[in-house]
Amino acid sequence: MTGEALPVAETGREPQGLEPGQDPQQQRPERPAEHGARRVLREILSGSALLSVLAVVVSLVIGAILIAVTNPAVIQASGYFFARPGDTVSAVLNAVGGAYGSLFRGGLIDFSAVGFWAGIQPLLRSLGFATPLIAAGLGIAIGFRAGLFNIGGQGQILIGGAVAGWIGFSLPLPGPLHLIAALVGGLLGGALWAAIPGVLKARTGAHEVIVTIMLNYIAFYLLDYFLNTPVLQAPGSNTPVSAPTAPDAVLPQLFGSPVNLGFPLVVLLVLAAAYLLDRSSLGFKLRAVGENASAARTAGIDVKRMTIAAMVISGVFVGFAGAYQVLGQTTSGFSTAFDAGIGFNAITVALLGRSKPWGVFWAGLLFGVFQNGGYTMQAANAVDLNVVSVVQSLIVLFIAAPPLVRAIFRLPAPKGARA
Amino acid sequence: MTTLETSTTGAVVGAAGPRRSWRVVWIYGVLTAIALVVLVGFARPGVARFGLATGSDFVQLPEVVLPGLATGIVVALVAIACTVAAVLLRRRDRHQPLWLPVVFAVALVVGLLTWATTGAGQSVPLPGLLGGSLALAVPLIFGALGGVISERVGVVNVAIEGQLLAGAFTGAVVASLTRSLIVGLVAAMVAGMLVSFVLAAFAIKYLVDQVIVGVVLNVLVLGLTNFLYTLVLVPASATLNSPPQFSPIAIPVLSAIPVLGPVLFRQTVIVYLMYLGVVAVTIGLFRTKWGLRLRAVGEHPQAADTVGISVGGTRFWNVSLAGAIAGLGGAYLTLASVPSFTRDVTSGAGFIALAAVIFGQWNPVKATLAALLFGFASNLQNVLGIVGSPVPPDFLLMLPYVVTIFAVAGLVGQVRGPAAAGRPYIKG
Repeated sequence: MTGEALPVAETGREPQGLEPGQDPQQQRPERPAEHGARRVLREILSGSALLSVLAVVVSLVIGAILIAVTNPAVIQASGYFFARPGDTVSAVLNAVGGAYGSLFRGGLIDFSAVGFWAGIQPLLRSLGFATPLIAAGLGIAIGFRAGLFNIGGQGQILIGGAVAGWIGFSLPLPGPLHLIAALVGGLLGGALWAAIPGVLKARTGAHEVIVTIMLNYIAFYLLDYFLNTPVLQAPGSNTPVSAPTAPDAVLPQLFGSPVNLGFPLVVLLVLAAAYLLDRSSLGFKLRAVGENASAARTAGIDVKRMTIAAMVISGVFVGFAGAYQVLGQTTSGFSTAFDAGIGFNAITVALLGRSKPWGVFWAGLLFGVFQNGGYTMQAANAVDLNVVSVVQSLIVLFIAAPPLVRAIFRLPAPKGARA
Repeated sequence: MTTLETSTTGAVVGAAGPRRSWRVVWIYGVLTAIALVVLVGFARPGVARFGLATGSDFVQLPEVVLPGLATGIVVALVAIACTVAAVLLRRRDRHQPLWLPVVFAVALVVGLLTWATTGAGQSVPLPGLLGGSLALAVPLIFGALGGVISERVGVVNVAIEGQLLAGAFTGAVVASLTRSLIVGLVAAMVAGMLVSFVLAAFAIKYLVDQVIVGVVLNVLVLGLTNFLYTLVLVPASATLNSPPQFSPIAIPVLSAIPVLGPVLFRQTVIVYLMYLGVVAVTIGLFRTKWGLRLRAVGEHPQAADTVGISVGGTRFWNVSLAGAIAGLGGAYLTLASVPSFTRDVTSGAGFIALAAVIFGQWNPVKATLAALLFGFASNLQNVLGIVGSPVPPDFLLMLPYVVTIFAVAGLVGQVRGPAAAGRPYIKG
């Protein structure tokens, strides 16, 4: 039945596990005839692309306020604001312009660099930060679409990465086979760790949120234990750090650029996730369970199997992020901190991408740019990196509440929608 | 609540009950078997010693010496007795009383402690172990109380972490500036409430998915406090980040009780507020008009609306109350434990509190017990590290989380939360 039903689902508003700010009954009503130009204007003004851009703008403005009020020069100048207000204004512009300038220069394009190739180096480096975020974000998004909240990204990354790392430095495999084995090991590790909450949820109804949180801690201590035993600890070392990944198993750099093989692979993952969710029968069943488990059960879908499948697939994608961290990012030996908070950031990425594969891709890129540029900003302007996570979370918050952004900019609401 | 659940959903429980309840019995059985194998089968020679008294105690109790094997046998027997009791209660279709899992858990913990420290060089300071556990549990309990209220009224509260952190930060800064602990405490509550305002506004007015708002708020508060900490608090830590500290107050007679007295009744005001909070929330939820309305809105907002209860208003103010309570938990971290704010001072306590809410079946008392268990588990590491246990510490540290998974899968399982939690209410 899924084969026939799919096109129907495609024509309407796309069904989705978690669409923020929308209620399910709210279908697009019949549009009365409207003047061409006005209709186009209205569609642009009420469309979600514009809202996303505006959400980014508002968030950057709030970030700018934070940067300005904590800037020493601004604070000093505001001391005599009423005597010379111009000083305060120029100090604010200096602080904010400098910080965002560095963010842009460090994360996207460095116009001061000589030549095109040197200019886009920052962007290429950002792709390296974006890669694991996209992979893990896809995993979380697939969970969302199936109605599951996988907070266990951290644990899945740790286990997947540890398996990939172990294969990467201990198995004597030749050339590319070594890399492939390590990557597959990472995917399987992530899948295995995510399968536990899936099976428990299906079998006993245990809440996946609790189980995944608990498994994060268990994975951490498990990794810590193995990093203190010869299984993972570098030989001859007594600190809990693993041996470096063998050169065979390191993701190779592409054309001498900072981008490694991980990025093309993650693009393939996006395509795979898009195919899975939008084109395959399995994906249709997953979405059906996420939309309405009772209806899916009535339609003959095995909800329990889908729950396990969703978690396992989610874990495969998150496991890639773990493998990438060990085989591409920290190849000189990893400690228990190699997850670098990706497990939690991936949740924000998935939310910003509205749990759609290409949405997650762009959201991951944006966050990668922010993160990479944030380091430059922190070094050059003494603005703490955390302003980046403030801006990131504000973006998600505003995008999740279209009526709020519309209210701020006094935009018309789409026809048929509340607020 | 348990009585209400069984009475309103009696038919459902009757249909699905037996299998679910037998699973509870199975969990008892499996844990007992594990205890038998580990504690008796793998008993190590030697004794475990427990110090009962702190230096300043009124009654100086001697050290308790427990022989490893004998204690293991006794604990195993208690565990078997609990399992038998569970089987008998199940046979007679009787409700499992709360004391049964508590006795069971305490017995297993004693067994585990003895087993892990048998043959260790030093004695285990029991008051220190328990006191440290309580200290770690206080923020969890406040967080869990906030979580219970919020979820009972129908708003999923993933933002507990953010509320704790906001409370901790604001409490420290305001108390440093005003040199007044009370003002700091109130400021912490207000900060927790502000986080709640955002959660409530987005969840109730803009109908945004509550889990999304919660997750994002955690990131937002973490980023904001880290940012302000680095750029504002660190350069001026003398004026902005050195609050006064609550000193413990001993309650006259009660604090002289051996072992438990100093642990429970030689504490700061915030801890006494927590005792009051647990009692007040429990009575309030199940015995007052406020609680009835709150639960009605969380279970069946349409019905509540029909009888004239404002769903949005009830949700908004109770979620705010929940934030204020969680804010107090944050203040404990920066005004009582250590008198200063540090980066990410909560370090995931909010998520553990969330687990305690669900583990405690949305019941304030059970959630408190769950939070105490988590506090004890995290403190075990410190104590066993000092004593020098021969068991790899990582596995002891892992244990509470493993046990929680077992418990969630077996004991709690399909017990459901408030019916309308997570769903925005649209009138009409």
